[in-house]
Amino acid sequence: MKKILVYLEPLENKLKRVSYELITAARQISEKTSATVSGIAFNGTKEALETAKEFGLQHTYLIDAPLFASYSASLFSKAIAELIRSKEFDLILFPAHTYGFELAGRVSANLDAAYVSDCIALDISNGDLIVKKPVYAGKSHITAKLNGNIKICSLRPNVFTATSSPVAEIQIEKFEPNVSEADRKECVVNVMKNEGKLDVLEADIVVSGGRGIKGPEYYHLIESLAALLGGAVGSSRAVVDAGWRPHSEQVGQTGKTVSPTLYVACGISGAIQHLAGMSSSKYILAINKDKDAPIFKVADYGIVGDLFNVIPKLIEEIKKYKE
Amino acid sequence: MNILVGISRVPDTATKIIIGADGKSIDEKGVKFIINPYDEFALEEGLRLKEKYGGTVVTITVGPEASKEVIRSALAMGADRAVLIKTEGFFDSFFAAKNIANYAKQFNPEIIFFGRQSVDFDSLMVPAMVAEFLGLPSITIVSKLTIDGTKVVAERDVVGGKEIVETTLPCVISAQKGLNEPRYPKLPDILKAKNKPIEEITPEQLEPKVEILGMEIPLRARKNKIVGDSDQEIAEIVKLLHEDAKVI
Ligand SMILES: Cc1cc2nc3c(=O)[nH]c(=O)nc-3n(C[C@H](O)[C@H](O)[C@H](O)COP(=O)(O)OP(=O)(O)OC[C@H]3O[C@@H](n4cnc5c(N)ncnc54)[C@H](O)[C@@H]3O)c2cc1C
Ligand SMILES: Nc1ncnc2c1ncn2[C@@H]1O[C@H](COP(=O)(O)O)[C@@H](O)[C@H]1O
Repeated sequence: MKKILVYLEPLENKLKRVSYELITAARQISEKTSATVSGIAFNGTKEALETAKEFGLQHTYLIDAPLFASYSASLFSKAIAELIRSKEFDLILFPAHTYGFELAGRVSANLDAAYVSDCIALDISNGDLIVKKPVYAGKSHITAKLNGNIKICSLRPNVFTATSSPVAEIQIEKFEPNVSEADRKECVVNVMKNEGKLDVLEADIVVSGGRGIKGPEYYHLIESLAALLGGAVGSSRAVVDAGWRPHSEQVGQTGKTVSPTLYVACGISGAIQHLAGMSSSKYILAINKDKDAPIFKVADYGIVGDLFNVIPKLIEEIKKYKE
Repeated sequence: MNILVGISRVPDTATKIIIGADGKSIDEKGVKFIINPYDEFALEEGLRLKEKYGGTVVTITVGPEASKEVIRSALAMGADRAVLIKTEGFFDSFFAAKNIANYAKQFNPEIIFFGRQSVDFDSLMVPAMVAEFLGLPSITIVSKLTIDGTKVVAERDVVGGKEIVETTLPCVISAQKGLNEPRYPKLPDILKAKNKPIEEITPEQLEPKVEILGMEIPLRARKNKIVGDSDQEIAEIVKLLHEDAKVI
């Protein structure tokens, strides 16, 4: 490994949290290999890119033309592949989410490069890049080696902790890829943000409800607890299938895979397909009236009781700390 | 309209994973294999398109001889014929994608459907790779799709919301739950599927890009502090959330 490239995502005056995690992971690899680390960002402000200094990034490319104002998998991946080719990067890190997955996949096909998705650990051993990734819905992990000159990994958000390692300066270098509007094969024509709602994928705390919540009219309990903790609202499939909550909230095998610092499961039994989406959370708190519910087996903390009593008490108790 | 659908063979999602003797793959003894659940959404969408515009639905699978069982279920759902790119043992996504793309170059599909992810290695790699190999547009993780002439409009999940994305045929689509309700084959369909052809193809051999070194069952030592619902016990848990987990 000589040159590492990290995909950065500006968000207003900062970068997305996962970008700092990627920078930290790259820095740790560079410490073992003395590789250099650069970023690549599409259309970020100087202020946003400068925040990367805090995590030790000293150099980034910036592709900023109106052409890139809106995302396209074909267009963005073509620009990134050109950068990798012309600057001879040999390890590229992407975030493991909708965009990152498709960019990494396309770039690997374009450059004939080895790619492993959704990694939860990276290491260098005897000069080889060794990664770990969950498979079979997290029921097992594989360790894998990437072959060839160019290697690509996408990293699961919230798993690599971003640690501070400030540097004085970051050099921002413009890159002008040889692409045009004709390379935009897909057009994003509309974006519907979950207004004011935090996505379970981005939240540090997720509070989820299951069938135990009895009906959508009681979901305010889940929402209040989530709001108090500054977290996002999630749901089990039973709740989504019943039409009580939108699919965007579903956690699990056919929903989203989350790994927040705290996951609170309220009235969720803990079916294997639900665990698939949340078992890599750092801490798990379960509330269930059935002491034998499987969710307790994976929980750090558990309260056996009726959630209609427990959640209000929990809220009251947490408020004491928040005050 | 030529429609190609990628079908992968995966262990039933409720399977308990036991690591095999080689230490790097699962013990397949007693494991039930099924069509990858997301691929049922992909196939259903392909079948509906055919019902609307006419054409041929071909499924493609990269996998072992044993894949024929799940291929038959895909044929029972209504695919016209199937292609099996036969290979035994481990192969990486690059190998699967390259070989699927090779077949697509001769079949020339107007649209290629995949599932969002294969629930064995949960890679989310193949659809984007195939699109890139073929120089086609791709829209992944699609939960709503309309096709009008050659215009394609898709709704898909992204972090923080949804996006509407437009493109034109030919293209690659990967299917998310919610796209449709896959049909259940009826008995006559299952019988008919027995006579539908499965074409076997020898894959282009490639140097493995990814090698599996080992597999393990993750052992996460959970604190497992389970209490009752008295005020005191709840206060104790909140104290732990504050002091231990440091989330409050
Ligand atoms: C292919 C496939 C994919 C799937 N994908 C997903 C997925 O992505 N996500 C997912 O979640 N599931 C998924 N499932 C479904 C999964 O198997 C379970 O059916 C589902 O997770 C159950 O949801 P639940 O825990 O809310 O409901 P239940 O299993 O019905 O559990 C309800 C729990 O609430 C408790 N309870 C009831 N009343 C109270 C009360 N007053 N106070 C406290 N506790 C109470 C009960 O003790 C029980 O444990 C999938 C299944 C399949 C086959
Ligand atoms: N071996 C395979 N044969 C055919 N299609 C596959 C294969 N592997 C993956 N796919 C397709 O690609 C989708 C995404 O899989 P993956 O990228 O492996 O997560 C699946 O839902 C399938 O439609």
